[in-house]
Amino acid sequence: MSALAWLIPCALALGGLGLAAFLWALNSGQFGDLEGAGWRAIQDDGDKPLPPED
Amino acid sequence: MDRTLTHSSAGRDSSRVIGRAASPQTVSLVVDSMHCGACMATVERTLRRIAGVQDARVNLSSRRVNVAFDAAVTGPQPLIDALAREGYPAAEAVETAGKQDARRADDLLRRLGVAGFAAANVMLLSVSVWAGAVSDMDDTVASLFHWLSALIAMPSIAYAAQPFFRSAGGALRARRLNMDVPISLGIILATAMSLFQTMRGSHQVYFDAAIMLTFFLLIGRYLDEQVRIKARGAAENLLGLKALTAAVLDADGRVERMPARALAPGMRIHVAAGERIPVDGRILSGSAEIDESLITGETLPRMAGPGDSVHAGTVNMTTAITVEATATDDNTLLAEIARLMHAAEQGRGQYVRLADRAARVYAPAVHILGASTFVGWMMAGAGWETALTYAIAVLIITCPCALALAVPAVQVAATSRLFGKGVIVKAGDGLERLANVDTIVFDKTGTLTRGEPVLRNGADVSEATLAAAASLAIASRHPYSKAVVSAARERSVAVAAAPGVLEVPGSGLVAPCASGGELRLGSASWAEDGGGAAEARAGSLWFLDAEGRAIALDFEDAVRPDAAETVSALKAAGYLVCLVSGDRSETVSDVAGSVGIDAWWAGVKPDGKIAFVEDLKARGRTVLMVGDGLNDAPALAAADASISPSTAADVSQTAADAVFQGQALAPILETIRVARASQRMSLQNFAIAIGYNIVFVPLAVAGHVTPLIAALAMSLSSIAVTVNALRLRSRRLALESIRRAS
Repeated sequence: MSALAWLIPCALALGGLGLAAFLWALNSGQFGDLEGAGWRAIQDDGDKPLPPED
Repeated sequence: MDRTLTHSSAGRDSSRVIGRAASPQTVSLVVDSMHCGACMATVERTLRRIAGVQDARVNLSSRRVNVAFDAAVTGPQPLIDALAREGYPAAEAVETAGKQDARRADDLLRRLGVAGFAAANVMLLSVSVWAGAVSDMDDTVASLFHWLSALIAMPSIAYAAQPFFRSAGGALRARRLNMDVPISLGIILATAMSLFQTMRGSHQVYFDAAIMLTFFLLIGRYLDEQVRIKARGAAENLLGLKALTAAVLDADGRVERMPARALAPGMRIHVAAGERIPVDGRILSGSAEIDESLITGETLPRMAGPGDSVHAGTVNMTTAITVEATATDDNTLLAEIARLMHAAEQGRGQYVRLADRAARVYAPAVHILGASTFVGWMMAGAGWETALTYAIAVLIITCPCALALAVPAVQVAATSRLFGKGVIVKAGDGLERLANVDTIVFDKTGTLTRGEPVLRNGADVSEATLAAAASLAIASRHPYSKAVVSAARERSVAVAAAPGVLEVPGSGLVAPCASGGELRLGSASWAEDGGGAAEARAGSLWFLDAEGRAIALDFEDAVRPDAAETVSALKAAGYLVCLVSGDRSETVSDVAGSVGIDAWWAGVKPDGKIAFVEDLKARGRTVLMVGDGLNDAPALAAADASISPSTAADVSQTAADAVFQGQALAPILETIRVARASQRMSLQNFAIAIGYNIVFVPLAVAGHVTPLIAALAMSLSSIAVTVNALRLRSRRLALESIRRAS
């Protein structure tokens, strides 16, 4: 039973880590556009403004 | 002292002026034709190339792009123009309460995340305790696990269940009962009792049930919110794309394009042929035929000259005119329509949603059952502690978890199915109201018909003539010209623009012919001027060919391709189908005959349409109004349920419960089918939820429900309800017949 002493905190910490990651993702707007996010992964462009074409 | 203050405020002002020199600004543009990553990349790249644009970011889910730009260098209109050149029609988004909704959904998602985390961990501990009960776990470990559960569950519940507590508090303050009252009571009592039992080292601990309940209920709440956001966003995009821009003439006669809502009385606006008039106004110069079908339902255009008043939403059919915007006060037609609509909406009555109706019966029943369990066991001499434990078990078992998921889950499945078919359901209770209709009232122009002219006597016109006429017509934006070109394209006649086409305002088109002479397309008098024999008649153009023969091209507002089919399907299913139009009697009877509607009324004014709908309602009918024009908007609001095509006037789209896209009327059938199916499934879900209660409530009242059974019953009923709802997404549905009220 002494294993519980470190197993339970471990389990909670891992769960907490997951929750923290979720909240971080939510707050940084990553759930705002679930459709577009998939496409962005395969795009080459950065986020910077581009120079005018001509 | 005074001086310092003045000085400091001046200093602040100047810094603001410096800040304005760069004047960063953001705008949200609707780009509805984006569908994939390639579109997204093109749109972002196009915008970022424009000087002054700092950032452009597409949101593909909402079909919008947020652009940050320097207002000193560029503005929304150049951005929209640049996108239009790339083939993406764009418009400024109509800003409404959408952002607030999104924040509320985010808030729910955050609470959902916390509840999910807590539920997973508490279940982990609970399952160990249940397993331990039949093996070798001793009481100290079980007690430790209970304490751990308490530590995780209590703060999580305090945070995650707040939406329910708030809603229940609001209802109680108003001396009402809603579904959230038993929910909150169940959660709070279960948590408090579990804490007490944990302190005593007993086994009746319900932390897992309390947090799972919160988790499942939050899922239902979140789904509900998502459906609303998606529907509202889509509806706003449609409106945004239809938003007009106006060519405003300034004092020097220069033209500047600006959005119609920025127009002020007194501005002079240039309206080209084929354009929609953006404001109520008076014609300053030019005279033209005005298509007022959107307002009056009348298909034939009206001739208007200098001094005549014109209404927003009507189309200039012939020549360019200059319009002066008149005061946008309460006397405008739009304001009048809005007033009628407001009055009519109140007449729609307080429709009570299915879930709320269930709550009205269910919530008191749950409380009475819980209370009588407590009293019963007290009287049986069980002691207050046992009695309270059993009463809480009853509350947890009966907690309307499945009930709260039942309707949102069905709504998500139904709206996403309809969304795929081009139907946007806007009102939350729209589907429920649509499911109950037994009478369908159609408008004519733009609803049963396409609302744009098509060539009627195409069969009498030879291909060579059509090709020659189209070669002139392609140079014009007149609706009839467009109809000639599309008729030629439909018959796969090659259309080449004739060289040297000249458009004479108010008359027609003329071009020199290669073999000498000239080709003319226009009014009867225009053809006669060219030497042809033509007679003036309504809804016709005359084409004068190279040999000097005048050929009539007759136009009509064609019936939508599947209108007759749709009407007969509705009639076969037992619906009463009517046609009510503001148009002339002959036209209406023609259309009614061709689609197979026996009950039709012509020349009906907007208030007449309301009266018609009210009359049907007074006779016990449940009315679905399908219409598009401004003149239909009040009737749309007055009817029990309403549908508009996406080409409808803004006001009508706003009033309608659902908006459908495309040329076909079939989406109306699909909407009714899905609405009825979702109503049935909601009831099925209630039956499932109540079925569980019938099995478990006697156990709970008798005191046989352990925390394990409570958790199992709750999860299983929630999952069963959700799975049942998801069946709606892919099932084949037939339009079932309704029982006809005599």
